Amino acid sequence: MDKTVNQKAWFLVLPVFLVVAFSAVLPLMTVVNYSMQDTFGNNQFFWNGVGWFKELLDPSTDLGGRFLASLGRNLFFSMVILAIQVPLGIVVALSMPREGWTVAACLIILALPLLIPWNVVGTIWQIFGRPDIGLLGYVLNAIGIDYNYVSNEVDAWVTVIVMDVWHWTSLVALLCYAGLKSIPDAYYQAAQIDGASRWAVFKAIQLPKMNRVLLIAVLLRFMDSFMIYTEPFVVTGGGPGNSTTFVSIELVKIALGQFDLGKAAALSLVYNLIILIVCWIFYTVMTNAGVERKVQASSEPAAEPKPSAALKPVPALKPKEGVA
Amino acid sequence: MARIDLVDLAHSYGGNDAPQESFALKPVTMTWRQGGAYALLGPSGCGKTTLLNVISGIITPSRGKILFDGVDITPLSTQKRNIAQVFQFPVIYDTMTVGQNLAFPLKNRGVAKADIDRRVAEIGRLLDLEPYLNRKATRLTADAKQKISLGRGLVRNDVAAVLFDEPLTVIDPELKWQLRSKLKALHRELDLTMIYVTHDQTEALTFADTVVVMHDGRVVQSGTPAELFDKPAHTFVGYFIGSPGMNILPAEVRGREAKIDGHVIALNRSYDNLPAGAKIEIGVRPEFVEVVAPAPGLLTARIERIDDLGRIRFARARLGDAKLAARAPAGFTSSDATAGLKFDPSHVHVYADSLLVEGAA
Repeated sequence: MDKTVNQKAWFLVLPVFLVVAFSAVLPLMTVVNYSMQDTFGNNQFFWNGVGWFKELLDPSTDLGGRFLASLGRNLFFSMVILAIQVPLGIVVALSMPREGWTVAACLIILALPLLIPWNVVGTIWQIFGRPDIGLLGYVLNAIGIDYNYVSNEVDAWVTVIVMDVWHWTSLVALLCYAGLKSIPDAYYQAAQIDGASRWAVFKAIQLPKMNRVLLIAVLLRFMDSFMIYTEPFVVTGGGPGNSTTFVSIELVKIALGQFDLGKAAALSLVYNLIILIVCWIFYTVMTNAGVERKVQASSEPAAEPKPSAALKPVPALKPKEGVA
Repeated sequence: MARIDLVDLAHSYGGNDAPQESFALKPVTMTWRQGGAYALLGPSGCGKTTLLNVISGIITPSRGKILFDGVDITPLSTQKRNIAQVFQFPVIYDTMTVGQNLAFPLKNRGVAKADIDRRVAEIGRLLDLEPYLNRKATRLTADAKQKISLGRGLVRNDVAAVLFDEPLTVIDPELKWQLRSKLKALHRELDLTMIYVTHDQTEALTFADTVVVMHDGRVVQSGTPAELFDKPAHTFVGYFIGSPGMNILPAEVRGREAKIDGHVIALNRSYDNLPAGAKIEIGVRPEFVEVVAPAPGLLTARIERIDDLGRIRFARARLGDAKLAARAPAGFTSSDATAGLKFDPSHVHVYADSLLVEGAA
């Protein structure tokens, strides 16, 4: 079959290209431009080359110290979030009903936090946790726990983490629930006949069948938590001190607080690069997980002599049969 | 290994108070002897899978009892019954190797490691799975996966029965035949009770020594393939088994004669006391009706077409409103599309309200 070649088709792409250039490429180039310069306001710029980037990666400077500290906090935050939300999401999904009206009720209740805008979530928890008028803060202090997220670093962290768990565990739970629902009944019946315990059913059937959606859940939660800004900003404003200042908050402080456009531009480029790299790693891991299986399947028949006519390894391109 | 008795067993998905007509499985009492190869045959929705799931314990029957060797096991859970079941779609534990899959039921029951290894090797050999024991089970073909499902049942040496729920649905036709022979061989070797659910009469008739035909939630006949063929107890059995199915024709039956369309057909037995008011039909397999040149005294039918099945030809004929199939001898051609029908009296059965009537000699 010959493909029709028509170079005029490029003209159809042109409008899109122009729009994208205007809305994305030009601003990005502006940022790149800023990142090479220093400004003291009045629209006066001085060339700085890669100076900001050098400073950014050097912990002994003010900029580098702030950036690396906030990056460390960000990574720690993401780890904690994943370590709590993924297992919790699985447990919630496992304990959800499989049929009846309760399914709809559970789904709606779970989806509610996901529908609330970020800054509203922040405001809710900011008030909820206040020791003077907030239900949580007041009750905790009343039962003798000295809790104050404004002055205590640990309290601030706990508040931000609990808030994120409240906000996003539903997402993991819903994804896992979708994965669980796709397991045919026959698997559970077979496991029953094989005498499997609840734990064995989880390990042998449910977890392997969920691993795809879990990968997606981990990816989404990592990206989101790594880019987190609004909720901690609304609740703690990055404090007390700098204890809950994440990279995004630091960035806004430098860009809009100090109006240090050069530093902020350099920081945002590095921040963007980190996110791109993480995306790329996840993407390769995810696609490779699928590719590896296909490659192995197609190489297997050659690797071993065929021992029995009745048993042929699946050809690589054959769609998975039945419920597998 | 056990004899299985079903005592007045019935199941309704709508609860016990639902009218009996709506029961998925209508009351049945029967015995499955130890070591038998049984097939549960019937069209979709006839209740055969329900019956199978009741035996395996996946469904608790709304009525009646199941006895294994005389012991009532109705309230026991699936785990506690010594049952193995192979499902329509292969069930494989993805993360495990073939060997681990086979070992799974034993591991769950806390069998010693050495015993597990011995049993797995033994079953692997029996099912020709030996070369695959250390390989991941996910990437095998459907028939290999079905063998693994079966193997997980067979590794336990205490299974009372192996149940198959249309296990060959997803298998390629050429492999179907191989796998069925394998099952047959295993049955002979292991002396297990096997119950095989299918809607495919060829599968049922080749696999089983006793075929249980179900229709509309009821067991209508249970017998050897030959019995089902020669003497269907219900018009449904006659129609469902055999290809083409039995001809069922409304008739007036008196003594040793059946009258169709005013023509008399001789019967081998005498039917004097047929129930009054019942719908009377005669049933005769196409193999025992021959089309011949029209002649006086023979029933005349219009030939619509002739199906050539290779080793045998069947004429599709019309008799008034009724359709029937009949054997067409090698040289038979019909120029004016009419033919006489010659019935073999010893194979003409009489049915009253769809049930076989035994005539007097």
